[in-house]
Amino acid sequence: MSAQHEHFDRVTGKTTTGHEWDGIRELNNPLPRWWLMVFYVCIAWTPIYMIAPYVLPSNRITNIFFSFPTRSEIETDIAALRATRGESMVQLASADPAAIIGDPKLLGVARALGKAAFGTNCAPCHGQGAQGAKAYPNLNDDQWLWGGTLADIKQTITHGIRNENPESRVGQMPAFGRDGLLPKADIPHVAAYVRTLSGRTTEGAYDLKKGATLFSENCAACHGDAGKGNSDVGAPNLTADIWLYGGDMNAIVETVTNGRGGVMPGWASRLDEATVNALTVYVHTLGGGR
Amino acid sequence: MSAAEQFTDPDDAPLYVARKEVYPQAVSGVFRTIKWTVLCVTLGIYYFLPFVRWYRGPNAPDQAVLIDFPSRRFYFFFIEIWPQEFYYVTGLLVLAALVLFLMNAVAGRVWCGYLCPQTVWTDLFYAVERLIEGDRRERMKKDDGPWSVEHAAQKVLKHSIWLMIAWWTGGAWVLYFADAPTIVRELATFSAPAAAYIWIGILTATTYVFAGHMREQVCLYMCPWPRIQAALTDEHALNVMYRYDRGEPRMSLKKSEQAKAAALPAGDCIDCNQCVAVCPTGVDIRHGAQLGCIQCGLCIDACDNVMAKVGRPSGLIGYDTDANAKRREELLEPVYKIIRPRTVLYAGLIVAIGTLMLATLLGRASLGITALHDRNPIFVKLADGSVRNAYTVRLTNKSQEERVYRLELVGLPDGARIEAVGTHPSGERAVLVEVGHDRTRELRVLVTLPKGGDAASLPLAFRLIDISTGAQASVDDFFKGTGS
Repeated sequence: MSAQHEHFDRVTGKTTTGHEWDGIRELNNPLPRWWLMVFYVCIAWTPIYMIAPYVLPSNRITNIFFSFPTRSEIETDIAALRATRGESMVQLASADPAAIIGDPKLLGVARALGKAAFGTNCAPCHGQGAQGAKAYPNLNDDQWLWGGTLADIKQTITHGIRNENPESRVGQMPAFGRDGLLPKADIPHVAAYVRTLSGRTTEGAYDLKKGATLFSENCAACHGDAGKGNSDVGAPNLTADIWLYGGDMNAIVETVTNGRGGVMPGWASRLDEATVNALTVYVHTLGGGR
Repeated sequence: MSAAEQFTDPDDAPLYVARKEVYPQAVSGVFRTIKWTVLCVTLGIYYFLPFVRWYRGPNAPDQAVLIDFPSRRFYFFFIEIWPQEFYYVTGLLVLAALVLFLMNAVAGRVWCGYLCPQTVWTDLFYAVERLIEGDRRERMKKDDGPWSVEHAAQKVLKHSIWLMIAWWTGGAWVLYFADAPTIVRELATFSAPAAAYIWIGILTATTYVFAGHMREQVCLYMCPWPRIQAALTDEHALNVMYRYDRGEPRMSLKKSEQAKAAALPAGDCIDCNQCVAVCPTGVDIRHGAQLGCIQCGLCIDACDNVMAKVGRPSGLIGYDTDANAKRREELLEPVYKIIRPRTVLYAGLIVAIGTLMLATLLGRASLGITALHDRNPIFVKLADGSVRNAYTVRLTNKSQEERVYRLELVGLPDGARIEAVGTHPSGERAVLVEVGHDRTRELRVLVTLPKGGDAASLPLAFRLIDISTGAQASVDDFFKGTGS
């Protein structure tokens, strides 16, 4: 921008910057001086701000200017938060879930904490409202694969289902069709019979008598003679009209053919005792607890 | 106007007018007495109200006026407001605005002249200044002249006292937000919360700056009320006014005697400028109603004193209306119309809103219930085929004792059941639940319908009954079935 190109604009009474593009000139509107000074000061401050916090000792005076929380400080803060929650958390960790339900104050804390922990840890599979989905049980109803007492629920949350944890819940439904335990042609008869247990009827020519026989020979060991299930091995109650994998003919045939076995991680290694207890109480009080 | 002036860049005109220091002179009289009385009463209330006790039972604070942020309660003598009842504060603000309008319609800037904190504290600061540095002339002379040790000492003393008043003002403010005797002890032993010290600091600073230094400039430049009230006034509103018909042509005592002797017109105003000297905002009332005039009435006192001395009737400056000013010029009798459509409207609105607020306040139930239907899932099918809905129900107990409530399910076909964890069943359709004093309790309420759960939607209600008093509250909701 040389001086000879500077141009005086008659309309605005201002000079231009001296730049010209196809006859278009730019008015010279410099930044306000104070603004420019603040800008320069900020530039000068930047290297200090980037280096000083790591070089200067952390004390009350330097913290006024450079206060970066360190990991250890955050841990201290979290510990302080736990201490504030203190008494209730200690009680939650040490109390029996049944005792928690009996104490209105503790129940409130447990349900609030449980709801938050559920949202973080359990909702991805079971849903935000614990409503479940196909293959992920609805925890609001009173149908439990592994038992619905407080002790059962706590055991399931703590150790999980069908995982590497030696204490996890185990139980396997065989793949009757795939592994050749049952002839393929027999499976629809069993499936039709299973549907009758919860009062469902199936159109088509199925030999329910044969189905019943096959059921008592193959399925009753786990599901019980009457199909009431067995929570020790995670065998569902087939007389209730609640289906984890679907209750139509095709779904049941597929279940019998390939077997089923959902997994759930154990949470003892990730959640503390208070949170596990809170989750136990929360899930139990969703409505289905026994 | 010359061409040169016409094209002068308006941007060059200064936007800032340097302040003219105001040195109001001491005055005595009716309005001064009113102002002292109002000052003592309002400041007395402000400084000492937090120490007034009001017993509310063993579980509640006993401070008459308390804004309890940690427990989210506002106490005002017999009234206790919960955060969700904040609309009472809105109502109070509406009332306050209407009272301001009414005052304005009846007697102009009563608020500005006597009641506004800015006026009251500035008045107090002026009194301190006069006590230490002397009255108007003395102060003007000292400020004009060279510095002396005595003058400097006076200034230091004055600012120290100002700061102490300001500090006490800030201190009294925080007393409204915690138990006053406790927080005073904590403040004295430096164990009070940091927020208390910060607020005292802020309010000390604002009081000192506003009342000690900015004074009338707050009214002239910062406050919106003078502008608003100019739109609210009318020709029948009483305002502090100078009687042109009596005062003009103004001239000195001597000249007026000469004029009278020569049978020439001579007004009562002797142009002594006392009305200007006593004015805390430094205006000349003889220029008529103006933005700077806060209508404190001190010029009335000053003028009446002078008129008494020169043996003329008082009231040359006084409360009068625009309409009367015109009538006097036409040699008509003045008329005063306090009852006009606008005053009646304001008063009516004040009474109506006040009555409505009082009625709702006194009719408030001590218990309350709200219900929120679970959405996720909307319904749950149980193993035996029955259908269940879950609700988050919140019970409120505003009394100061623990209460046992009976929560009843109303509506729905036979067989419907209500359950809630942590409560005691009382038949199929009710549970008993304790709610602690002055608090709410959230319940997860389950409603189960063994038969008929295939309906799309059934209305129901939860009714809450206080077993000890029989008071009731209820909330309507729906039962959502499996049908679509």
